Amino acid sequence: MDNIQILIDAPSLALQLAIDGILIGAILALAAFGMALVWGVMNIINIAQGEFVIMGGYATLTLTGLGIPPLLTLPLAPVVMFVVGWIIYRIVIFRVVDRDLFISILATFGISILLQQLINQIYGPDIQAVQSGLTTRFFFDDALRLPEIRMLAVGIVIVFGLGLAVFLKSTRMGRAIRATSQNPRAARIMGVDTDKVYATTYALNAAICGAAGSLIVMTLVIGPFSGIVYTVRSFLIVIVAGLGNIPAVIVAAFGLGAAENYAGFILGAEFQVAFVFGLLVVIIVGRNLLLGRQRKYLK
Amino acid sequence: MSVISKSLTVFAAGATAAALMASAPAIAQDTETIVLGAALSITGKYATAGIHTQKGYDLAVKRVNEMGGIMIGGKKFMIAVKYYDDESTPARGAQLAERLIVQDGIKLMLGPYSSGLTKAIAPITEKHNIPMVEGNGASRSLFTQGYKNLFAVLSTSEQYLTEAIALAVKQAIKEGRDPKTLKVALAMENDPFSQDVRLGLVEDIKKFGLNLIIDDKLPPDLSDMSATLNKVRALKPDILLVSGHSKGAALVTRQMAEMRVKVPMLAITHCESAKVTDTKKFGNNAEGTLCAAQWAPSMAYEGEWFGTAAEYTATFEAEYGYVPPYQAAESTAAVLVFVDAIRRAQSADPDKVRAALVATDLNTFYGDIRFSSVGNNVAKPMILRQIQNGKYVPVAPSQFVDGEMIFPRPGS
Repeated sequence: MDNIQILIDAPSLALQLAIDGILIGAILALAAFGMALVWGVMNIINIAQGEFVIMGGYATLTLTGLGIPPLLTLPLAPVVMFVVGWIIYRIVIFRVVDRDLFISILATFGISILLQQLINQIYGPDIQAVQSGLTTRFFFDDALRLPEIRMLAVGIVIVFGLGLAVFLKSTRMGRAIRATSQNPRAARIMGVDTDKVYATTYALNAAICGAAGSLIVMTLVIGPFSGIVYTVRSFLIVIVAGLGNIPAVIVAAFGLGAAENYAGFILGAEFQVAFVFGLLVVIIVGRNLLLGRQRKYLK
Repeated sequence: MSVISKSLTVFAAGATAAALMASAPAIAQDTETIVLGAALSITGKYATAGIHTQKGYDLAVKRVNEMGGIMIGGKKFMIAVKYYDDESTPARGAQLAERLIVQDGIKLMLGPYSSGLTKAIAPITEKHNIPMVEGNGASRSLFTQGYKNLFAVLSTSEQYLTEAIALAVKQAIKEGRDPKTLKVALAMENDPFSQDVRLGLVEDIKKFGLNLIIDDKLPPDLSDMSATLNKVRALKPDILLVSGHSKGAALVTRQMAEMRVKVPMLAITHCESAKVTDTKKFGNNAEGTLCAAQWAPSMAYEGEWFGTAAEYTATFEAEYGYVPPYQAAESTAAVLVFVDAIRRAQSADPDKVRAALVATDLNTFYGDIRFSSVGNNVAKPMILRQIQNGKYVPVAPSQFVDGEMIFPRPGS
């Protein structure tokens, strides 16, 4: 418990841990937006979410290799991933979209393994990173620090969050997406091309993941097999925040990031990931108990 | 049906041809060939290092054959290696080792890449009593099983970073500071290799009486080290030691700079595979980092077949177009150990070769090789190289290198 004492002695460090967590949570929030969207509209839990994220990173890596400045790839990686998402929908996902959840989990699990091996074949198993060219800002005599790239990530999350909300509320496609998520059959009867809605939703998810991956390759590192981390985190965030609630996703993501950092500091790094899984179990059980109580109350 | 059987025939023919090409490079008619076997990671997550290993083996085979092969009882023998791809999975590696020995009749085995694969294959070679010389399985646990057929040319994992502790103590004495006041931080991945590295370090920390203030175990799927590094920032150790394969090396290089964590000495493993000196990926954030290595081209080692370490490097570069990483060098050394043992045994019989292997006392470009009773090489130390102006400069141990450590590391 010496570690708790350190936090009490140095409150700025406690604050820094929270800030670090929130900044990394911002990137997780992006992946979670996408997962909530696909889950809510198509009733698919996309296990390949993490692979989409790291593919965004590899897109940035490839584009910078072609001589494009890393920051300019931030808008380009989502475009690349939109196309990838669309193609994957056309090949696999449209076949499982009306089937039960188990089939689509299996299908996306398969896609995730396939993508991992494909990345491994093309880029090799080495760890990759891209230097963003941004620096870190320090405040109060180095006591607090804010890396610019992570602040940029928070900005992008807010822009994406707002953009997504506006898109779903006021565009034709957005309304079609919402209609389809409420009742696909009724939407079809009303003339909505649900196939196109599904394709757009899935591709949009891949694009959002692409933005997240692009940020990750510039802040942390990626490898062909590091996608699972992001699948699990976004799943956890969606479980906590629920489907179709964008502000809740952001709050949950920030909270998870901060909680994880505190756990890593206080319990030691070996329990950091274990803590995330532990939290997942606690939240699922807790939610079930709460729901159970509500049902009893309604009876 | 006929289409299937036809394509199967074609496939089988192709596979046989490929196997022949791999195992029998143009051999004169009046010579015989001793075929060594190896299951290697040509695909999968260890593919990069697996291919370095293969090139190391191939270069040794080529050189030995060019220089006339091995003379046994006045007769000339060439050598060759038969390879299979283990797809970087231990189960497949074990299966292929069985196949090499039982079906292909291989009597002498070369090691695979990585401790994990070696761990899977060693019981198979032990079962069939086939000697295996390996250059890429460093885990200490390989040498506690009582294997009689396992011989490793490389330093074992608990030695990887201990040289850094010795260096820190030396530096403290030089500055007139009591080494017992040194504070040490460890961040070691929670996997067999890095935990072996940790054991060696903890032993030395106790031996010198240093203070271990941080002892974090990084989970294998960790993607962010900021919790550990925040602790380092708060507790200000004198030396930080990190082992977490290439991911750990990349993360610590990137995040130390981003978080402006100041530690006078930083020693890590896997610098080369993480490419920490690549300025496109890491800027010059790796400057001053100490990197553990089994071998480096600038070492003052020399031996038969390849001459000095520098000459080996030139030969390898001419053949494959890049500077050999230590994975390639130690693989070449493994073949040379077999050649030496076969020559002394005057036979390729496994029992005679094993007896000769036990008595190995060989100087090579890779370092001196003598095996302990459990089969690890006790004659060659690990080296530490510091990144100075983007180049790897060997700085320890002092009897083999001429570089000077820059202390403290820049920016701290």
